[in-house]
Amino acid sequence: MLSVFKYCLFDLLRSRWSIVYTLFYLLSSASLLYFSNSATNAVASLMNIVLFITPLVSLLLGVIYFYQNRDFAELLLAQPIRRSQYFYGNYFGLSLSLVINLLVGFGLPMLFIGNGLQILQELSIVLLAGVMLTLIFSALALLITLRNENRVLGFGYAIVVWLFFAVIYDGLFLILLLWFNDYPLEKFAMIGTVLNPMDLSRVMILLKLDLSALMGFTGASFRQFFGSTAGFFVSLSSALIWITLPLYLLIRKGNTKDF
Amino acid sequence: MVIHVENIQKSFGKQEVLKGIDLDFFEGQIYSILGPNGSGKTTFMKSILGLVKPNNGKIMVGGSDGMKDHEYRSNIGYVPQIARFPENLKVNEVIDLVTSIRKQPSFPQEFVELFQIESFLNQRLKNLSGGTRQKVNLVLALMFKSDILILDEPTTGLDPINTIRLKELLLQLKSEGKTIIVTTHILHLAEELSDDIIFLLEGHVKYHGSTDRLLKLSHTKNLEEAIAAILQGEIDSEEETPVVNIYNRKKNA
Repeated sequence: MLSVFKYCLFDLLRSRWSIVYTLFYLLSSASLLYFSNSATNAVASLMNIVLFITPLVSLLLGVIYFYQNRDFAELLLAQPIRRSQYFYGNYFGLSLSLVINLLVGFGLPMLFIGNGLQILQELSIVLLAGVMLTLIFSALALLITLRNENRVLGFGYAIVVWLFFAVIYDGLFLILLLWFNDYPLEKFAMIGTVLNPMDLSRVMILLKLDLSALMGFTGASFRQFFGSTAGFFVSLSSALIWITLPLYLLIRKGNTKDF
Repeated sequence: MVIHVENIQKSFGKQEVLKGIDLDFFEGQIYSILGPNGSGKTTFMKSILGLVKPNNGKIMVGGSDGMKDHEYRSNIGYVPQIARFPENLKVNEVIDLVTSIRKQPSFPQEFVELFQIESFLNQRLKNLSGGTRQKVNLVLALMFKSDILILDEPTTGLDPINTIRLKELLLQLKSEGKTIIVTTHILHLAEELSDDIIFLLEGHVKYHGSTDRLLKLSHTKNLEEAIAAILQGEIDSEEETPVVNIYNRKKNA
């Protein structure tokens, strides 16, 4: 696994995509932190960038990379290597390279510019959310490519998955909240949030930013729940399930797939 | 016997590609797998390598179960049909990568010299021509000096000089006791190289035996005409029983 992992990691780190992705984060976070009037605003804007861009880039870059290496996979899988080892190597190579891009692009401005702004803790949570989303959506990207030989279809699914978590899920969620407005919805709202990794990250960051007051009663109950030890473990388990479930499915698919 | 294949069946959806194939491969022999496009040649070779998972049947390679194990592949060198590599990698790096995955000593130098690709070792694979990539593909398969070689259209993109070099090399490896399985569309190459011809048609072994025997059965002068005779149904494998393993002599030996 280690050789496949190392090769994927270095192959990706020196690719043009990876450099562009790092530069994008470097520029956006440095300028937001440097020019923004209020530190909270800067963190909130950065949060939105990280929440939308990280999953999208993980999915698209993952799908492009795995489709590009489809024929090479055939050569490597004909070597004495377990299929699971090959796929783990690919997954960790991709996700770690994206995490490194994020750490450099987002972490460096955070340390140098954000340090004086006393918001290092909040920024760290945004960074952590970015890392978590990268781990989740890289696994989904690999799963999509394994399940779809047709590249156009694979790209389509990647975009649909991103749209679902970023837009459609929230839309459906809001419609349901409006429909059942007369009922107590705190528990439902919490379950709905925990199930979508992008929403979960957003709520965790907003709670840290003391913006939960804006969310009214729901905000208060969110604060109570996610602030508690139980809430912390529920969120952590949700994130872990979101990483391990696609990984499990992709290893299962990878073991039976014909190359 | 090095490879034993028993009743291999494989379907992709509704399409049955291999319909029960039984074959044995022995040491020091070159086998050419021939057949029209879509006859199941590549699927059969990939089944031996574990790249394609058969629905049914048994594959034994050097005593290991090819359907369960993966270590047996350390004894196989494989040239895939399409030579495509990650674009950013250099030739040297891809050689190192495969060596590190295989955890076996590799001897790329002599094959790099044979195919004269020394000057490309530090170039990225995306800058290489199709023929040069095919040479890299060959070096990757040959450099471990494996006992079994599986070559899927190895001459694709090679110029005549390198095709001759490859042919001579394969004959030399055969004399060293290697088992070599080749698919090719170049019939004269198959004729010159092979001890045995395996002709696949619609997922069945239509003929299995020596070239001479095929020529005798089909009353033709060369392999091209003999293949045409098989395709026109002039040789009925079931009646003439050429499919029946003619290796009894080897098995008994």
